[in-house]
Amino acid sequence: MNEMLNKKRFVYADNAATTQISEEVFQTMLPWLRENGYGNPSSIYELGRRAGFAIEDARKKVADALGAQPNEIYFTGCGSESDNWAIKGVAHKLAAKGKKHIITSAFEHHAVLHTCAALEKEGFEVTYLPVGPLGLLDPKQVADAIRPDTALVTIMYANNEIGTIQPIPEIGAICRERGVLFHTDAVQAVGNVPINVKEQQIDLLSLSGHKLHAPKGVGALYIKKGIIFPNLIDGGEQERGRRAGTENVASIIALGRAIELACADIPQKIAKVTPMRNRIIDALLELPMSRLNGDREKRLMGNANLSFVGAEGEALLLGLDMMGVCASSGSACTTGSLDPSHVLLSLGLCHEVAHGSLRLTISDWTTEEDVDYIIQAVKTVVERTRNMSPLWEDLQTGKKTVPFSR
Amino acid sequence: MLYSDKVLEHFSNPHNVGEIPDANGVGEVGNAKCGDIMKMYLKIQDGVITDAKFKTFGCGAAIATSSMATDMIKGSTIEDALKLSNQAVVDALDGLPASKIHCSVLAEQAVKAALADYYQRQGVDPKPILGDLPDGDACHMH
Repeated sequence: MNEMLNKKRFVYADNAATTQISEEVFQTMLPWLRENGYGNPSSIYELGRRAGFAIEDARKKVADALGAQPNEIYFTGCGSESDNWAIKGVAHKLAAKGKKHIITSAFEHHAVLHTCAALEKEGFEVTYLPVGPLGLLDPKQVADAIRPDTALVTIMYANNEIGTIQPIPEIGAICRERGVLFHTDAVQAVGNVPINVKEQQIDLLSLSGHKLHAPKGVGALYIKKGIIFPNLIDGGEQERGRRAGTENVASIIALGRAIELACADIPQKIAKVTPMRNRIIDALLELPMSRLNGDREKRLMGNANLSFVGAEGEALLLGLDMMGVCASSGSACTTGSLDPSHVLLSLGLCHEVAHGSLRLTISDWTTEEDVDYIIQAVKTVVERTRNMSPLWEDLQTGKKTVPFSR
Repeated sequence: MLYSDKVLEHFSNPHNVGEIPDANGVGEVGNAKCGDIMKMYLKIQDGVITDAKFKTFGCGAAIATSSMATDMIKGSTIEDALKLSNQAVVDALDGLPASKIHCSVLAEQAVKAALADYYQRQGVDPKPILGDLPDGDACHMH
């Protein structure tokens, strides 16, 4: 450990949590904070009009990245707001027609799960589809769960913890055929997976700026033309009267540029990042009693989520932080509750294995040298953490055994 | 998660990590399902704790409280060690985030469990001295 600390390096391996604003995006947004760019887009004079036009330009860029029309893109404050608006909006609209059933998966982001829970309190019924040991849904599960009173299917495009990519086009086709609206939380997928809302038959899609090298505090919701539902935020006429509040002009413009850049070269990024990601997975699976969480192939290019039994996740994160590596975990200590991540438990992992999880999310900014350092640092920290773990000792002596799954 | 510098210091360089081969009081509390296990080893001579070591599976706060608790009881009498409260450990670490207070409770319990084992080895029933020790199979929110 001390040897490692001497050649300490800073490696950001938590891109699923957030990303740094890129230089290009930063320069694009700067003029819109001051001087000739600070106008209110609702104002009639030139200073305001200019901001208004720039927002429409950003809207077109978001639409182009998704294969949508600009008038189908609504800017919001974040991915969570987009999820809340889409799900609550559709639910409340269709409840009037007696449709009070929602289908989702057990391992959605809390922005979806807690929104569904809030609707359950209002009398809606929610089906939580199990995801199976590899973290993948079978489209047939969705088909089987649809009922005459189903208002909405909401399934994430890619999971935020284990990075598994769901069969969205297949689910989209099923929903379209059965006449059920389909929302996807694509916060983790945009810029990582080619998305076309028309081809993939998506009715509503949530995205967030700060996962794409745009700033925090801006997101968007794609709403297919013709779908009308109540507002989440009432007030002025911004966003064609559907989402009030003076626009976050600079951030919206940043999001436009960021999504344009992020979606321009997805195949090239996949070709570059996937081998680095695999190198991390393969090297860390050399550690005894380790496992990869989630399917290996149908997985976001930058996501490596592994469990190291006998080591606790938060201790791993603090140890990695001491070495300059930023990562994330699904242990109870990091979820702020007594239970480890609902995502890992949904795969059927037992608590002991979920507590020892580590999520590393690299990007196309990550270098081969960073990968070398990540591997070395994780190995060092896992060993150190296990060396002081009575659980590891008991596993070594055979006094205790831990099944990987329940 | 905002840890004090003291907690981070004890996490980075924990004191008293390891085992005592000839320990005469060993206690283990917590369980793997909850994500915290503390095992404490005591060497007691003439009523004084001459050495204390620990092994902990758990978060940063669990490791830091184990380190601090063993520091605090090392060299003290059994009577003083029995009085060690979780709050004293928290104070010595310049505080813990609210969600981590249970780690200090676990550290206090680990000391008590090791002392109970010591009494048992001496042929003394620890119950009248220590009371009931907590059930290790459930995840308690302290």
